[in-house]
Amino acid sequence: MLKKTKYLSRTYDLERGHTLAAYESVGGYKQAPRALRMSREALVDEVKKANLRGRGGAGFPCGVKWGFMRPHPTKPAYLVVNADEGEPGTFKDRTLMELNPHAVVEGCIIACHGIGAHAAYIYVRDELHLSKARLWEAIKEARQRGYLGKRPFGIDYPVEVYVHTGAGAYICGEETSMLNSLEGRRGEPRLKPPFPAQVGAFGCPTTVNNLETIAAIPTVLELGGDEFSKLSAIHNLKDGGTRLFGVSGHVKTPGVFEACVGLTLRELVYDLGGGVAGGELLAVIPGGSSCPILRADEKVHAPDPSSALHPWHGQSVLDVPMGVETYRLLGTMLGTCCAIVLSDRADPVLAFHNLMQFYRHESCGQCTPCREGVGWIERILDKVVHGKSDEKELDLLHDIGSNIMGNTICAFGEGAAMPALAFVQKFRPELEAYVRSGGKSGTGRLSLP
Amino acid sequence: MPFALTPEREREFADILSRYPNKMAATIPVLHLCQEQHGWVSPEVIEFVAQQLEVSTAHVKGVVTFYTLFNQRPVGKHQVWVCRTLSCALRGAGELLEHCEKRLGVRAGETTKDGKITLRTAECLAACGQAPMMQVDKDYFENLTLADADRILDRLRGD
Repeated sequence: MLKKTKYLSRTYDLERGHTLAAYESVGGYKQAPRALRMSREALVDEVKKANLRGRGGAGFPCGVKWGFMRPHPTKPAYLVVNADEGEPGTFKDRTLMELNPHAVVEGCIIACHGIGAHAAYIYVRDELHLSKARLWEAIKEARQRGYLGKRPFGIDYPVEVYVHTGAGAYICGEETSMLNSLEGRRGEPRLKPPFPAQVGAFGCPTTVNNLETIAAIPTVLELGGDEFSKLSAIHNLKDGGTRLFGVSGHVKTPGVFEACVGLTLRELVYDLGGGVAGGELLAVIPGGSSCPILRADEKVHAPDPSSALHPWHGQSVLDVPMGVETYRLLGTMLGTCCAIVLSDRADPVLAFHNLMQFYRHESCGQCTPCREGVGWIERILDKVVHGKSDEKELDLLHDIGSNIMGNTICAFGEGAAMPALAFVQKFRPELEAYVRSGGKSGTGRLSLP
Repeated sequence: MPFALTPEREREFADILSRYPNKMAATIPVLHLCQEQHGWVSPEVIEFVAQQLEVSTAHVKGVVTFYTLFNQRPVGKHQVWVCRTLSCALRGAGELLEHCEKRLGVRAGETTKDGKITLRTAECLAACGQAPMMQVDKDYFENLTLADADRILDRLRGD
């Protein structure tokens, strides 16, 4: 159900909304001093009750993640905030950094206490120069006001926040790769275990949270965990609160919108996105390019009454509330809740090719199945769109994708293989038509005429 | 000639070091700082960074070659990146890139003869709702028409 909200985006429409004065004019920095006076256990408990699922794509419960952090006898702990926003279709964290950076800073202060850290690094991709500048400005303002430093708000719990920048590598959005990058190394993912909560940044216990997750923390405290959770239409599935939704591609009004969790894809495309910009809805990639594509004509198949999806059995997939669990059961992923919309006037085979070019470019090259497999998929698609492939190679696409799954150090391999397998399965007739026609099938274009 | 930072950047260098528990962690921010001054990461810059941060040149070179934003050879005075990934492609990024290539007389990845502009493609720049778009040096230009692109490129060429 569509319920627009204005918590994360509370400063978005204010003049100079990125400043401390604007943030405080809408109730900002009231929760951090409260949180710092709470016991760590009570704070983590509140976040657990909020059912705040990680907003970076994996959807792990934030409170549970914080609970993994144990004080180490000799080593400090760190908070690393993931703002390496680069998943194709995803552009929500950038709005927070540019328009509400103080919510991020306040979230960092609270989160540091929640995990027992005294320093937070916000890892921002280098290209987002305005975002970095706004964050640094916010940190400076907060420090001048005595909200950061040795005694934030006069409370004996030192907190420092820094901005760290990447240098153009999608893989650094993967948490262990981000830690290597933060340490000044090549951004290659690490084997897990050990998990970051045991051995993270600089060999110390570390929590990596998505930037939107952190920005939501002050609201969790403001409303209380229970109330925050109940904003969501599917809080009974332990998926609570409010979040940012993005919609791009072939819609009339692309953009970022804040709404309660439990919005449906139909509402995102038609109510928030203003509907399809030309032609009819063909398919949607629901939450960033790694999420398997959903066709508009797909129906939910969940005859088992014990399935969380059963209430939507037989209905269009567009009418299922967007949630971590509901989307997992649909065979896709919620991801970052930023959807890419394809009209039937565009060519899905070219969309597939475009995405695989991305993955080939961004594979870090550490694991053979991913490095070679993603490249191989891309080369086959290159032949498909140029009319030089055959049907056997279409089967090969499936084999290669299946052989990447589960055989790599990090989830990038799956992140590339899952959408590939979905395209092969759901657009097989289109791919075959391409092969048979010598590359002359389809509309031959991605943009609308 | 060995590379050295300007006095102003020296201060920023010290500020960067103060943020981390060890020197190696400053590798990426310091490389950015040097590139901002020098335009690209030359062998001398690699030497300098290795020496300053007490790491091997092999380490610095490994980092430089991993990340796409470090220029391993000189580039134009201005850099233009056209985002080519799906959300932008659905809204005309392909046409935009082709147009820029024609206008500048170079292919993506090349620099104009006068050394003014290096044109490149970028993978998703997190501006999907404002597609098509391009990044020019440190600025984003969004919701572009071909006429907008012409104006931007002409201004850069005249600079």
